[in-house]
Parts: sequence; structure tokens; C-alpha cells
Amino acid sequence: MYDTTYYRASSVSDATSKLAGTEDGKFLGGGQTLIPTMKQRLAAPSDLVDVSGIDALKNISVEGDTVTIGAACTHAQVAGSSEVAEAIPALASLANGIGDPAVRARGTIGGSIANNDPAADYPAGCLGLGATIVTDAREIPADEFFVGMFETALDEGEMVTAVKFPKATKAGYAKFPNPASRYAMVGVLAAQTANGVRVAVTGAGNDGVFRHAALEEALGANWSADATQGVSTDEGDMLADIHGSAEYRAHLVGVMAGRAVDNS
Amino acid sequence: MTKVSMTVNGKARSVEVPDNTLLVDYIRENLRLTGTHVGCDTSQCGACVVHVDGQAVKSCTMLAAAAEGAEVTTIEGVAASKDDLHPMQVAFKENHGLQCGFCTPGMIMAATDMVSRYKAAGKTLDEPAIREELEGNICRCTGYHNIVKAIADGASKMA
Ligand SMILES: Cc1cc2nc3c(=O)[nH]c(=O)nc-3n(C[C@H](O)[C@H](O)[C@H](O)COP(=O)(O)OP(=O)(O)OC[C@H]3O[C@@H](n4cnc5c(N)ncnc54)[C@H](O)[C@@H]3O)c2cc1C
Ligand code: FES
Ligand code: FES
Repeated sequence: MYDTTYYRASSVSDATSKLAGTEDGKFLGGGQTLIPTMKQRLAAPSDLVDVSGIDALKNISVEGDTVTIGAACTHAQVAGSSEVAEAIPALASLANGIGDPAVRARGTIGGSIANNDPAADYPAGCLGLGATIVTDAREIPADEFFVGMFETALDEGEMVTAVKFPKATKAGYAKFPNPASRYAMVGVLAAQTANGVRVAVTGAGNDGVFRHAALEEALGANWSADATQGVSTDEGDMLADIHGSAEYRAHLVGVMAGRAVDNS
Repeated sequence: MTKVSMTVNGKARSVEVPDNTLLVDYIRENLRLTGTHVGCDTSQCGACVVHVDGQAVKSCTMLAAAAEGAEVTTIEGVAASKDDLHPMQVAFKENHGLQCGFCTPGMIMAATDMVSRYKAAGKTLDEPAIREELEGNICRCTGYHNIVKAIADGASKMA
């Protein structure tokens, strides 16, 4: 790992002003993506501004129809929260399926969505449930936040502080994990929301997480696993790698959508 | 360089290390506690699992500086003494839960963590749950069968 300078931030403003003063610094969440990347020398931030200890970012609250999860909440915290389990069970089960227990003990929701790995689970959760990403500067709808592979609408130095999830009438998440990494080969979150049915797919798209219009239409007309059969997914939009071809992933999208409905 | 202080196995420790020092290197190289192992460079094998403030974490995927002020327990800290092993260590021995032993420190740290988490949540740690919980711990020797048996046995003996 290249040299770096570590700083533990005490508040959001402390973190953002500290980062602004660095040459090429980065926020550090739970480090479950950034540290392995630095170990492989694929990233060399001059400074790390650790936001995982900021108390104000560690809260989960439910007000009316909105569940707000602080950016520094770990996957284990979300998975184990009785409030989340009651309000949006699909979100608790999504968090519980990320990686392994030690990864869940450290990894955070803020880090996961800022990273926007094309095979990560939370991007599907945010997009499928129609969440709003709160930053130190503004609020960004999930539909605009996830721009492409490892790419988000965040500006340079902008920090995620929380994610607001509207409660869904019904929602389910199903993932087909890569047997070695546990990341999604295909993960689908399907939800009946106040604004209609939403279906978000992760792991499969060659441009990162995406909404699936044909599945939304089919499930909007008939909320059942059967309705997903015969809905096709364009192979041209799919990732292809040693773990699965585009054709395989395109097929799996429909299968996992059906299971997501079954899980709802 | 930063002076990083933490409590490891009940002892206050303080060492001046470069900021990019991983917790596992702090433990192995600076404190010379070599029971914690490194089995991969992709954060997947779990040989490096230790407890930080009561939670199992991969010490290869955390900076020592991020553990400033923390209570850390390594495999060297789980037994009361050489002749008085932790019930989970005894269970691994009695159930042949190890062969080469390289993964074992991480397995034991993950095992005691899962037992306490399940206990706290009032959930039953049955065989499927143990297998699921071992997702982040890889063993190249045993085929896991006896590890799962050992954890079930150790869990029943942990007060
Ligand atoms: C073995 C293993 C298995 C895994 N399996 C899965 C899986 O199945 N599914 C899955 O989704 N993920 C998986 N992960 C990734 C894990 O979920 C990470 O926790 C997550 O991707 C990153 O979160 P973090 O808090 O660790 O962020 P970090 O690694 O600390 O940071 C990641 C990026 O986000 C930035 N960042 C961090 N916090 C903020 C913030 N508040 N605002 C703005 N930017 C920020 C950092 O600068 C960095 O660029 C796995 C990781 C490992 C090691
Ligand atoms: S050495 Fe830490 S996970 Fe392999
Ligand atoms: S006993 Fe050899 S790696 Fe597990």
C-alpha cells in the first residue's frame, strides 16, 4: 500500500473541510472496498478522512413513511435493526446478504453507494425502492444518483450523509451470489411503491444498476412470479465475464425477478 | 507516522506506526502476536479475523489507526491460560476441527463472535446457520464438516 495520511473526522463539516484541504484525499467508510483496493495499489489517496466514527451518521430512524439510514450505518446494523425489519423487511434482508459477517461489521451504506460497484446490493435497494440520497450539500433521487459503473452523481468532495427510503407497499430482494465473492451475479429488487412498481437490477448490467421497464410493466399488471416469465432482457445490455455470459445473465434477471416477488 | 494506542488482549499497547499500517501488521509485526494469520490479499479468507470492540473483523482490511482506542482480542487472548483453553478451542481439538491449523485462529474468532451474536439476538445457531456464518472463512484442508461440528459443540459449552 502506498503512503497515506489518516484522519478521523468528528463531524460532517470537519470531514468535508478536512478533505477539501488535501491534495488527493478520499473519504474512508468501513474500508471494505477502499482498503483492498489500496492494498492492490489500484488507489493511492494522499489522505484518508475516516467518516465511520461520526456519531451523527450512525442513526436509523423511522418517521411516518420514511426510513432514514445514516451513511456510517454498517450492513450489520441495518440487517439487525428491528425498525428496518418492520418497515422494509426487504432492505434488512438485502443488508444481511452482503458479503460475510466480518464485512458486514465494518462496511457502510454510504461507502457502498458512493462506490457504486456494478455488482453491489445497495444500489439495487436504493433504486428499486426509490430512495433519496442525502449529501452534505443536497438531496439526490436514486434515479439520478447511480450514473454508471463505479460512477455516481456525487461531486468532488461531496459526502453522503444518509439515505431516505420510502416504505413500500410490498418489496422483495433476491440475489444469485457469485459463489466465491458473494457479490451479485444478478440481484433484483422489486417493489410496489406509491409511484407504481419499480424493478432494479444489479450485477447484470454493463453500465451498472438499472431499472427494468418491461419487468415493471409486467409486474404492474400482475404482481406474481409468473408474470416475469416471458419478459425478455436485452443481452446487449448485460455484463459478460468468466462467471457468466450475457445470455446467462439475461435469463437470470427474469428468474431472480420472480424470486424477488416470491420474497415480497 | 502516528502513535496508535489500543488495548490488545487486556494490555494497553502503544506503537508509533506509519498511517498505512494494517491492523494485522500492527498485531503481527509490532506486537509480535503471530497467531493472527494472513491467508489472502483479497479480504476473503478470514484467517486474520480478530475482535475489535466485541465484533469480528478482518484485521487485514482495517487500518491500525482506525482501531485507535479500541479493545482488540486476538487468538492469543481467548484462553485463560495454556492449560485452560477456551471451550471453543477445546471443541476444535476434540472434533478434529483442524488439520494444518492455518485457518483455525480466524475460525475460532469468527465462531465465538457468531455464538455471542446469536445468543444476544435470541436466535438458534443450528448447522445451516453455522455454515452460512462461515461465509468469510476459508479452509483448504478440512472440508468444513468438522469445523461445523466443532462450532456447534463449542457453542453448547460456552456459558
Ligand atoms: C469479501 C468481501 C465481500 C463483499 N461482498 C459484497 C456483497 O456481496 N455485496 C455488496 O454490495 N458489497 C460487498 N462487499 C463490499 C462491501 O459492501 C463494502 O462495505 C462497500 O462496498 C463499501 O463500503 P465501505 O463503508 O467499506 O466503504 P469504503 O471502502 O471505506 O469506501 C468505498 C468508497 O466510498 C467512498 N466513501 C465512503 N464513505 C463515503 C461517504 N459517506 N460519502 C462519500 N463517499 C464515501 C470512499 O472514498 C471510497 O471511494 C464485499 C466486500 C468484501 C471485502
Ligand atoms: S488475510 Fe484477511 S481475509 Fe484473508
Ligand atoms: S486446517 Fe488447514 S486451512 Fe483449515
